[in-house]
Amino acid sequence: MSDTEKIDIEYVAKLARIALSEEEKAKFSEQLGSILGYIEKLEELNTEGVEPTAHPHPMENVWQEDVVSSELSVEAALQNAPKQRQNMVVVPKVVE
Amino acid sequence: MEYEAVIGLEVHVQIKAESKIFTRCKAGFGFEPNTLVDPVVMGLPGALPVMNKKALDGVIKAGLALNCTIPDVCKWDRKNYFYPDSPNNYQITQYDQPICEGGLVEIELSGDSRAAMGEHKKIQLTRIHLENDVGKLNHFTEDSLVDYNRAGTSLMEIVTEPDMHSGDEAFAFLTAVRQIMVYCGISDCDMEKGQMRADANISVRPVGQKELGSKIELKNLNSITGVKNGIEYEIKRQTRELKKGNTITQATWRWDADQGRTESMREKEDAHDYRYLPDPDLMPVRIDDEWKNWIRAEIPELPFDKQRRFIEAYDLPYTITSVLVPDRELSEYFEAAAKRSPKMAQAIGNYVTNDVLRELSETGQSLAECKVTAEHLLSLVNAVEKGTITKQIGKDVFLEMFKSGELADAVIERKGLKPNFDEDQVKVWCQEAIDENPRPVDDFKAGNEKALNALLGPVMKKSRGKANPQIVNQLLRELIS
Repeated sequence: MSDTEKIDIEYVAKLARIALSEEEKAKFSEQLGSILGYIEKLEELNTEGVEPTAHPHPMENVWQEDVVSSELSVEAALQNAPKQRQNMVVVPKVVE
Repeated sequence: MEYEAVIGLEVHVQIKAESKIFTRCKAGFGFEPNTLVDPVVMGLPGALPVMNKKALDGVIKAGLALNCTIPDVCKWDRKNYFYPDSPNNYQITQYDQPICEGGLVEIELSGDSRAAMGEHKKIQLTRIHLENDVGKLNHFTEDSLVDYNRAGTSLMEIVTEPDMHSGDEAFAFLTAVRQIMVYCGISDCDMEKGQMRADANISVRPVGQKELGSKIELKNLNSITGVKNGIEYEIKRQTRELKKGNTITQATWRWDADQGRTESMREKEDAHDYRYLPDPDLMPVRIDDEWKNWIRAEIPELPFDKQRRFIEAYDLPYTITSVLVPDRELSEYFEAAAKRSPKMAQAIGNYVTNDVLRELSETGQSLAECKVTAEHLLSLVNAVEKGTITKQIGKDVFLEMFKSGELADAVIERKGLKPNFDEDQVKVWCQEAIDENPRPVDDFKAGNEKALNALLGPVMKKSRGKANPQIVNQLLRELIS
């Protein structure tokens, strides 16, 4: 993305489900713009012959065997739910 | 103008495992709501995912069985979206480096009759990737309730190329994939338990046109028949719209199985922007040849290969193989007996597909509980083959074996089913039958072959069903001429 291309701050806010005031929109647009500017700077690097990296740690194949060892009670699991019924989390009706 | 449909499928299959994909919390179906959860499943702050080795083994096995390429390295990405089924607000999945690429699945379309093998085709896969399943929403009038038991279950997504053209092909594809998954022990693929789910991308275009038409993504296809019916309905609907001169707008529709129709869910305008990014919590996975090789060694003979071999090696009719082969356990049960007496394979196959299955279903027993083993089947077909008992009596002997677990010879002995008369006696009965029934005799003499059956019956009755019908038939002919 070129730095002349304006960041659609309202779209980004909508994707993150946050409401922004006019001042915040201006402030975050600027901040995101500088992040993109930094990425552009990185793009100047010559990466020819360098393998893409999926993770900064040089580790692979980290796993556990398939043995059950973790749990959480229903009470604890639902503790943060604003509303619950029949041991389930109540959410506004959403049909997707 | 003629139109043709182009269909691609996205098939989700849960991998059978004790624990979930990114945490060692128990996985399962049918438990009380929110009892199969832990901090990782609930997306609590600070909880970190750790890969389940079993899930990797399962999807590699699936990939090898479906002829995919397994790249050396695959990695994990976050797919971001807000929906209450995902406590993290993202799903861990694989975006640009999936664990399996390409692939080919052999399918069989329905034949002209149940006795005829249908056309075989190969369907091209795009990829298979691994991800976590999401929670289940239960919708009520006012609100929705979320159960996270399913969230975090190991899930593979099998994506096909737009390579199918009818509901039948999609049906055949799902049937083939399900059989392979079950054969390999990767998943039970019970659609009622959500272990296998399918979405279809359907578009219609004029025959001869190269570009694809606008596609509709069809969701809520909850059974294999639902997939077939939903797709067929949607093809007809789109074709009708195009014939009317209307255009299809790319959108997501859902199949309503109760109403038997599709309905629009959302237009593509609110299509998601998932903002995929590499998941920093998980390390890439490197899969070497050694790993692939031991998994490959665990893949059993696959259903279509077994079917071809059964037809070839045992001279079985297609109908019998089409009952035996889809069920790996049943086919192995059959073969345990058949390989010891290949010449009797067809008779064994008949007992297995008719008598064994009928009795199991009537008694509600599983094949593992069945008292009739390969040994029993062999003792029975041998007794019939040697002419010790008739086929008809064989059916009764089978029932006794099924109940008591005795071998056929023991049942025959105990019930006195062996003929207690010689051929001269049978000849006497035949002559009696001829004398008592002049009319069928005349009919037979006049060339009506079937009239002989009217004489066969009385002889069998006189012998209490023990006479060999073939010998009776022969004797009757000799005596009449």
